[in-house]
Amino acid sequence: MKFIKKSPWILHYNASSCNGCDIEILACLTPLYDVERLGMIHTGNPKHADVLLISGCVNTQSVSVVKQLYEQMSEPKVVIAVGACASTGGISKDCYNVIGGVSEAIPVDMYVPGCAARPEAIIDGVVKVLDKIK
Amino acid sequence: MNDFMSAALQILAVIIIVPIAGGLISGIDRKISAKMQGRKGPPILQPFYDVLKLLQKDSKTVNPTTRYFLVLSLIFNMFNVVLFFMGAELLLCIFAFTISCVFFSLAGYSSRSPYSFIGAERELVQIICYVPMIILLAFGYYQAVGSFSISYAFQLDAPAVTRLPLLFIGLLYVITIKLRKSPFDISMSHHAHQEIVRGVTTEMEGSCLAIVEVSHWFETVFTIRLLFLFLIYGQPLGWVIGIGACLIIYFLEILVDNATARIKYRSALRATWIVVLVLGFANLAFLSLF
Repeated sequence: MKFIKKSPWILHYNASSCNGCDIEILACLTPLYDVERLGMIHTGNPKHADVLLISGCVNTQSVSVVKQLYEQMSEPKVVIAVGACASTGGISKDCYNVIGGVSEAIPVDMYVPGCAARPEAIIDGVVKVLDKIK
Repeated sequence: MNDFMSAALQILAVIIIVPIAGGLISGIDRKISAKMQGRKGPPILQPFYDVLKLLQKDSKTVNPTTRYFLVLSLIFNMFNVVLFFMGAELLLCIFAFTISCVFFSLAGYSSRSPYSFIGAERELVQIICYVPMIILLAFGYYQAVGSFSISYAFQLDAPAVTRLPLLFIGLLYVITIKLRKSPFDISMSHHAHQEIVRGVTTEMEGSCLAIVEVSHWFETVFTIRLLFLFLIYGQPLGWVIGIGACLIIYFLEILVDNATARIKYRSALRATWIVVLVLGFANLAFLSLF
């Protein structure tokens, strides 16, 4: 049995988000949504995390950080792109310093749509991506 | 030979039952904390899921010595709890307990992360906070009971706390630290504490972190058993009072944790030392006079 499904610990990184998706990710921790009931914990440390949540598009400054965080996480690990910008580059896709969505930097397992992504969608994304872990 | 077998069985029972009890206590603790914050909270078995998941993760260690120190810390914690439940000398248990805390700090120092270093330093400051109180408590216990033996508490006419009220209050004050609830800038409870990433455990992952968790379960049971030592006496009623009081005290600890979520380690050091000096020495002076 894979116990990661019972206790996915989450690391959140803002690649260059407008904070809209970040607020919704933090809203998941509040009593209304309470992700801890699903065993999820918001960690501040890639070495402890199983799920990397990235909000915002990847730009020339944040790309190295995104790659480094991904490398520091130990297997099994999954990556979720939260929101339109993280999925495709979104509204700032054509900006001079923007590389694009998170998939331009690291492999992404799940895309959560929305601008901003709703907390229900984010929680759903995490629950569904865990089924992909073999 | 029979004595040897029964002792071996007792040790085995303690080593198996204590972590299960510790994990359950931790699960119930998280559930009650969640309820206090208006949340639903994780399942009671969540700590076990966490540890099993950590064991299934890859674990790369920056320095292999980290794992060595953590295993030593766990072994001394086990040793301490086994001694305690077998009714050995209180002083020996406290020394084993302190050694396990020191090994845990060394595990923090063994990796080169600055966060880990800060965590290990603060861990040492914490030891300075609570160990004097626990050692004074052992001396108080000796003065009140006439022996360092833990099993002696079961033959008393009245619980040791009746002669050590101030030291017991001091113990209640410092166990918040040992249960890893406060101070927030070092504690490793499951709240969103991120000031120094995760302190001592910054560079630990997978099975190393699982060892830390299991070691903490042993510590939790030790702490509760230490409270129980001062509440038990030779009557069957002593068990009822002891267990009931331990439950109430643990609930109050959760309440205090949720009410004072932002105690820093410096204020914790100051406050514990004042409490240790005043309550501890007042109680010892009182015992030696009467």
